[in-house]
Amino acid sequence: MTQLNRRQFLAGATATAAALAAPSVHAQKAGGTLRFVAQADLKILDPVWTTAYITRNHSYLVYDTLFGTDEKLQVRPQMVDRHSVSRDGMKYSFTLRDGLKWHDGQPVVAEDCVESLKRWMKKDRFGRLLAAHGPRLAAGDRKTFTLELGEKFGPVLEALGKPSSNVPFMMPARIAATSADEQVKEIVGSGPFRFVKDEWQPGNQVVYVKHADYVPRNEAPSGSAGGKQVHLDKVVWRYMPDAATASAALGAGEIDWWEIPPIDFIAKVEQNAALSSFLPDALGTQGWLRPNHLHPPFNNKKARQALVHMMSQETYLQAAIGVPKYFRTCPSVFACAGPYASKAGAEGLARQNMERARQLVKESGYDGRPVTVVHITDIGFLNAAALVTRELMTAAGFNVDLKAMDWSTGLAVRAKKDPPDKGGWNVLHTWWMAADVMHPAVHFGVSGAGPGAWFGWPEIPQLEKLITEFVRATEQPRRKQLAEEVQKVALDEVAYVPWGEWMQPTAFRKNVNGILKFIAPLFWNVSIA
Amino acid sequence: MLAEILRRLVATIPVMVVVALAVFALLHVTPGDPAVIIAGDYATSDDIARIRTRLGLDQPFHVQVGIWLGRLVRGDLGTSIFSGLPVATLIGQRAATTIWLTLFAMLISVGVGVPIGVVAAWRRGSWLDRVIMLFAVSGFSMPTFWLGFILVYVFAITAGWLPVQGYQPMAMGVWPFLRHLVLPALTLSIVYMALIARMTRASMLGVLEEDYIRTAFAKGLAPRWVLLRHALKNASLPVVTIIGIGFALLIGGAVVTESVFALPGLGRLTVDAIVRRDYPVIQGVLLVVSGVYVLINLVVDVLYVVLDPRIRY
Repeated sequence: MTQLNRRQFLAGATATAAALAAPSVHAQKAGGTLRFVAQADLKILDPVWTTAYITRNHSYLVYDTLFGTDEKLQVRPQMVDRHSVSRDGMKYSFTLRDGLKWHDGQPVVAEDCVESLKRWMKKDRFGRLLAAHGPRLAAGDRKTFTLELGEKFGPVLEALGKPSSNVPFMMPARIAATSADEQVKEIVGSGPFRFVKDEWQPGNQVVYVKHADYVPRNEAPSGSAGGKQVHLDKVVWRYMPDAATASAALGAGEIDWWEIPPIDFIAKVEQNAALSSFLPDALGTQGWLRPNHLHPPFNNKKARQALVHMMSQETYLQAAIGVPKYFRTCPSVFACAGPYASKAGAEGLARQNMERARQLVKESGYDGRPVTVVHITDIGFLNAAALVTRELMTAAGFNVDLKAMDWSTGLAVRAKKDPPDKGGWNVLHTWWMAADVMHPAVHFGVSGAGPGAWFGWPEIPQLEKLITEFVRATEQPRRKQLAEEVQKVALDEVAYVPWGEWMQPTAFRKNVNGILKFIAPLFWNVSIA
Repeated sequence: MLAEILRRLVATIPVMVVVALAVFALLHVTPGDPAVIIAGDYATSDDIARIRTRLGLDQPFHVQVGIWLGRLVRGDLGTSIFSGLPVATLIGQRAATTIWLTLFAMLISVGVGVPIGVVAAWRRGSWLDRVIMLFAVSGFSMPTFWLGFILVYVFAITAGWLPVQGYQPMAMGVWPFLRHLVLPALTLSIVYMALIARMTRASMLGVLEEDYIRTAFAKGLAPRWVLLRHALKNASLPVVTIIGIGFALLIGGAVVTESVFALPGLGRLTVDAIVRRDYPVIQGVLLVVSGVYVLINLVVDVLYVVLDPRIRY
């Protein structure tokens, strides 16, 4: 089945309109250097080796993808020119576009893509689910390759076009042959920008220059899909850990674009006539309260359910984010702006009922032992969330012991399966970009795989069964129905408790044009007036 | 003297070994695990265990120390766990910024602190002395980050004379290089300026009571000559000590200034590495900085001999 059809034409037209609605619309001027303050320090360059968002963002400049996701969350071909699916849905054939070249000047061939996908499938959650369905990848000629499934797997294209970590970025076969547990040594992509390793200073700057041989699709850009037209000669990422410094530098014109200004700084940005801000990612970010299922009291379902009934998302969001226009309550475990948002089974989550919470604590047989809540103090919103949790859990009848620590220590603590009195934990807080909690195949919070699940290790076989059914379903209504089932079970068993969603604005000088809406900052289509 | 310097240099080796071992031991009792940070949010326990094995973090402590010391003997400071870049390269990228910042800050501190300390001692009890001491107390009391932002607000944002942040190497031109260093160096120097001024004043006050100073004035020498040639030289030993300590502290302690002005220096490299538990980088930087401390102490000891020939080692 050739995919250039009416539906895609309409999607392209929609994307064109969306691109025109981007924050600044001016005549685009070629050339120049864009100075950008990134959300974090880029230390790891391999997008398969790590799931760090900063590495994903870096990789969108350097690498290209077989498929992209547009801002309407539709998967569209990117490096792929055309593809077809066999009648039984078991065999996918892909043909690459003409003119694709690696940054070392070599042509992109099908074998490169095959090796890249094999490496990605060893690391990524969605990729591992695909790998569990026995796919056989094989290169045909230099431009074509096939993916033949051993078992039915519905969202193959969604997996190949997934927008967030780990994104299946393409690398030359010789580099993709690196073990997935080792970091690649050489950064060679085929994306619209080339990484300048000699100018990379971890902790200070990353430099990219235009990939002169890049051939964009002849389409309007939309998200990571469409034509990646490059108007800049050079992009310089700076790392500025101090928000006040970044704010002053943006105001003084020493930088052009500040990816993630703290929300407290947005009012100042809005007061400056030379600056602008907008929300590039309408999906936002979801906050989590995660109980540890291994140890008392949360190895008891009723104690976990008390956490759902004590939840007041409004309270958490007020404390953690503070500015109502940047947050929303959301009783769904799947992103509220995404296609699988649902209120199924979320009645308890939607309305706080402290009396019911207290009753459940009693029924759980909780013996008053201290409940260790990991309290991350160096990330503002996690600090606030932990303080709210202490208040609410105490009101529900728990004896709360807040353990203050920095984020790095928190990462080590959360990996411990030991009991809380031996260095382990009972409750932690974290956050995920909503793109990573869009549906059951990418959402770690609804995994019930026990030791193989995310930290907290819930063992809920029914969830695993439903997720397998979800990825085997080929029709969207059936997937939607299964996602609702997943949500009902996840909330009933309390795999975790979402504490709401918030949106992160970005800030830039008004001479920067063409910033695209996406979950990561994209540098094609961007120009400096 | 040369033999003494050589003896002292050789004596630094066991000091450095002790420092290296202490740093290694401290890091390994500090909570945190780089494998967990590398593994990221999706990692399972098996993923983390695999990364720990690959990084050698599952080896017994003495084996890890042995591997590290073995590399060190060959002049290899190791490789960053995260970026994969050699630690020596990372230090090389940052050293120039910190060295220039330290030199400029110390130049300002000494250039202002010593003269005002001398004047304060000479005019003891006068309004000038009180003004200088008020400045010294204020200099101690102002937090560096606060002062940095005030200077940025006044000279960069309001006046627009100087850049808000960043560092330009001298290769990009002397003027841009100087413009980017002025505010950070000034910010960093205020505390040391105050410290040196107070120390100079206190030391001068003791010397100015000496008989030979009275004699020099009685001989009819000009006050400026007495102060600089007779009093300051004899009062300089404690000041030189403070300058030496100041240099050492500046090299390792410029992290707040580097953060406020987004300077890529050794202080920020160290803090970033600590935050991520990038053990090879922390160990490498601390070893180099401790080596610099030892060398600065040696230079101070040599200066003692130059300034006071009565001192013998």
